[in-house]
Formats: sequence, C-alpha cells, structure tokens
Amino acid sequence: MMDEHWSDGDAPLHPASAPDFLPADQRRALQLHRLRSVVKRAYEHVDLFRARMKERGLEPDAVRTLDDLRHVPFTVKTDLRDTYPFGLFASPLSDIVRLHASSGTTGKPIVVAYTRRDMSVWTGVMARTFAACGVRAGDIVQNAYGYGLFTGGLGAHYGLEAIGATVIPISGGNSERQIMLMKDFGSTVICSTPSYFLHLIEQAAEMGVTLADLPLRAGIFGAEPWTEEMRQRIEANSGIRAYDIYGLSEIIGPGVASECSAQCGLHVFEDHFLPEIVDPETLEPLPDGETGELVLTTLSKEAMPMIRYRTRDITRLMPEPCACGRTIRRMVRVAARSDDMMIIRGVNVFPSQIEEALLRVEGTLPHYQIVLTREHDLDQMEVQVEVTPDVFSDQVKTMQNLRKKIEHTLASALGIRAKVSLVEPLSLQRSQGKAKRVLDKR
Amino acid sequence: MATIKQLSLFLENKPGHLKAICGVLQEAEINIVTLSIADTEQFGILRMIIPDWEQARRVLEDKGFVVHANDVVAVEVDDKPGGMAQILNLLDQDQLNVEYAYAFTFRRRNSAVLIFRFNDTDEAVRTLTAAGRPLLAQADLLQALERE
Repeated sequence: MMDEHWSDGDAPLHPASAPDFLPADQRRALQLHRLRSVVKRAYEHVDLFRARMKERGLEPDAVRTLDDLRHVPFTVKTDLRDTYPFGLFASPLSDIVRLHASSGTTGKPIVVAYTRRDMSVWTGVMARTFAACGVRAGDIVQNAYGYGLFTGGLGAHYGLEAIGATVIPISGGNSERQIMLMKDFGSTVICSTPSYFLHLIEQAAEMGVTLADLPLRAGIFGAEPWTEEMRQRIEANSGIRAYDIYGLSEIIGPGVASECSAQCGLHVFEDHFLPEIVDPETLEPLPDGETGELVLTTLSKEAMPMIRYRTRDITRLMPEPCACGRTIRRMVRVAARSDDMMIIRGVNVFPSQIEEALLRVEGTLPHYQIVLTREHDLDQMEVQVEVTPDVFSDQVKTMQNLRKKIEHTLASALGIRAKVSLVEPLSLQRSQGKAKRVLDKR
Repeated sequence: MATIKQLSLFLENKPGHLKAICGVLQEAEINIVTLSIADTEQFGILRMIIPDWEQARRVLEDKGFVVHANDVVAVEVDDKPGGMAQILNLLDQDQLNVEYAYAFTFRRRNSAVLIFRFNDTDEAVRTLTAAGRPLLAQADLLQALERE
C-alpha cells in the first residue's frame, strides 16, 4: 500500500526538488553568479586562500566564466588541520550557529562551521536527498547515523523534519534496540552506513525477525564507499530498496549528492556544490565522462567556503539525462577513495575490489578484513573471510576448495596473490559506523 | 533410512575455540557420544555424534556458531580384531569410497560402532543392508545409550 502512495514515479513531485529540474543554461548562470561571489568572499575573509591567490597573481575578478575556475588554487584536507580550529572561517563566530568536527583518527580533528543561512542550505539539500529517494511526509524514518560532532546524524535529521517525515533520532549502535523499535514503531525508512545495516540484517535474524515482513521499504545509505554487489545483497536479504547518498563534512556533510528512483548514479546538487573531475596526478580538469578525483567548490557556503576542495574520491560525472528527469548531473557511485588505496608489492589495490570479488564467490557474505604485513621485506596481504552456514561443510576438501576459489577470484581481480583465511562466524569486529576493513601492520 | 545425524562445526586454529564449544554443550547438559576433528594447516572441522542433535544444534546456533547437520552411516560390529576389516572388505567389493570414519564402543554390548561418511550415503546404505549388516538409526542409538 505504501508503494502505491509514495513511489517516486507516481507521487507528485516534492516541492523541495524544484532546483533539481532547472534548465541547464539557467543552472549554469546561477552557478557562475554564485561562484564569483564565493571566490570574492573567500578572498576577502580567508587568509590562506588570499595568500595562495596572490602567489599566482590572481584577483577574485579573474573568475569570469565557470571554466576560469581551473586557474584557482586547490584546498586540501591538511589545510583544515593546519588552520585548526577556526582558521578557514569566513564569518565571525557571532554569525556561526553550529560547529561540527571529524572524529580525527590522526592528530587534530577537522572543524566545520555553519551560519544560519548555511544551515538552511544544508536542510534544503538533505530534503532534496530524501525527496529523490522517495521519502515523504508519512514515512517513519529511523535515523541510525551517529548524532553529535559527526555531520551524518543531525544533517539527515534536519532534512527529514523539513520534508515532514517522522524522525526516530536513534543514532548508531545498540542493534537489539534498533530492531525492536523498527518492529514496534513500524519504521518505513532507515538511514545508516551500509555496513551497519548489514550488521542489523544479522541482528534481526538472530532475534528471529524477518526484515522483509516489516514495513521497512527503503534504506538511505552513505558515509562510506560501497559497491553495487553489496546493494544487491542488502536488497535481496532485507526486501528494501537501498539508495546511495554522498557527502563530506568539509563541504557540508551529507547532502552533496543523492541517488533517485532510477538508482543509477548520484545527482550532485550542483547549484550549491560545483563538481569538477581532475586527473589525480596532473590535477588538470577532465571532461565529463572521464574518471578521476572529484573536486568540489561550495557555491553558497558563508561560514566556511571551500574552493576547489580535493575530496580524494574517485568517480566520474555522467552528463547524459537521467530517467527521473532531473537536469543536475550525476556522478558514479564512489567505490574508491584515493586515500583508501593500498599499495601492495607496487600494485594499487582498493578494498572495494576485494569486496566485489568476495561477493562474486557464491555464498560468501561481505564480512571480511584485510590484514597487511611485511615478511622478509615483502608485502603480504591476508584476507580473512567469515564462514557462513551457506558455505560450511563437514568435508575438508569442500572447505579447501572454497578457500582456493576465493584465492583464485581475488588473484584474477587484483593481479596479485592474497592469502585467504577462513575464520569463524561473527569473529570479525562489527562496526557501528564506518567499517574498518584494513589492518595495516606494516 | 537407517542413518544417524552428525553435527559439524568450523574451528579456527586458535587456543580456546574447542573449549568454547564444549562449554556451551556443558552448560546445556548435553553429552557427546563421540567426536573427531579434521585438522588442516588453516582450520579444523569438529564432527560430533550427539543423541539429541536438534537441541545441541539449537544451543550452539544461539551462541553464533555455524552448525552443519548431515547423515552418516553407523555400523555396529563385534569389538574384536577384524570387526572393522569385514566392513571395509564389503565396501571395497562395491568400490564405495569412505570420506572419513571414526568410532566408539558400547561397553555392555561388547560392540563397536563405526561411523562412516560416504559421498553417496544412499548407495552405501543399500550395499551394507544387502550384505545383512545392521545399521543404526537415531532411535537405535538412543535406546542403546540408555542401557549403557
């Protein structure tokens, strides 16, 4: 019944989505207008940006067309650490209504700030995200993104309220309670990291709850790279539709890009966040359709404008029109971050390649961990894979064959040999937020 | 069909893993009639014969273990030299391949029970039955154990 009323195809367009359908020429005019003013704002208020512009002999009015952006200097993550805590702010603290910070696994966290207007932009793009994924007033949404300094929880929360959905601000963790409330409250939508939802699927099974029998129909998943194979696994095992969303704290938090009913690429809310794809080596911009590093410029941010921020995420822009009718461009799902790249015996390996390979082996669930060691000056990669009821047998040769099959699949996908270890079910650590797949002991 | 159930569990080659499984069974007051462990360089497979295998499976699965149940053939022979050889001769004649085997004894009956895992269980049961060898079913096992 929910489907009849709320599927993205049949339902009247949500008003929040209007900017998604702007004709391309109008959108570009708006982008240029906003780009010129944000460059000017950053130049006037952010010392680091002004110094870098001057180094290149550039004045803000050097940006006359969207294409002129290619001459403007980049911003990188270490710039946020080096200016910790407030060095990149373009607004006085009296105008700033919110601060968030990254968890900061290495050294100082990175801090991001929002003015009242930034908050309204953020709420707007999150409302557009949920509208694109078919979430509507009447939906009961279990928001299992972490609340607090992390941008995920509160970012999603404000967007959901704006769209009129009923929010359960449950935050991450306490999986038993997640399943209990999902059942008792009749949640129709869940927001979490994809790896945490996989954990919830297991938790539900342990509690004797069949997710497919509950009203839950959609999951809004982000905050970590995942793969198409993982989507299919989630959808098959829980009976919901799994949507990919994209964002990063440095730019706004969640709300930079979102899938739509077509589930084929993520629409970038490019009236606020201008995407470029650059060659990660030469840093030269690449044309639409070519794969490279995503660089984003915040077109309307007041508190902390980010000009040409290097996201380290590898993707490409899809200029072709989308089945949903949105005119804003799509980007291919991010399956790889240049930061996550492992160099093993000189070969570049992404965790996502390992995940794809594992999911190709029949019955192997995506619970795995990569352990990197160095023996006799040589890098060794071990992939630990949990044994599941589907693949377990009482016969040694069946288990040996499974191990060989995984090793073979990995070797042909990666181009290097990895040692595969079968480990006991539920022995690998489950994440409450972003999954930690790689243990580098080198 | 005259076969009995065997439970198998995956074991990592790490200290304490076998103990954890036995602890779960101990807590539920479940007795193991016999067991065998297949060990490889990387992992082991624990196989057990347990009269109330369904309850054992339930308590182990509740603790998160992956448990596999399958049919094995149990042949009772006299507990004396040549008891097992006779059976193997029969299997050899019909070229039935044994995947693995282990055993236990009934003290009171002065007999031994050989547990065989065949690739083709049905064929093995037919051969042994045709040769007049009594095969134990789960109920026979329970009965015999009560008298021990």
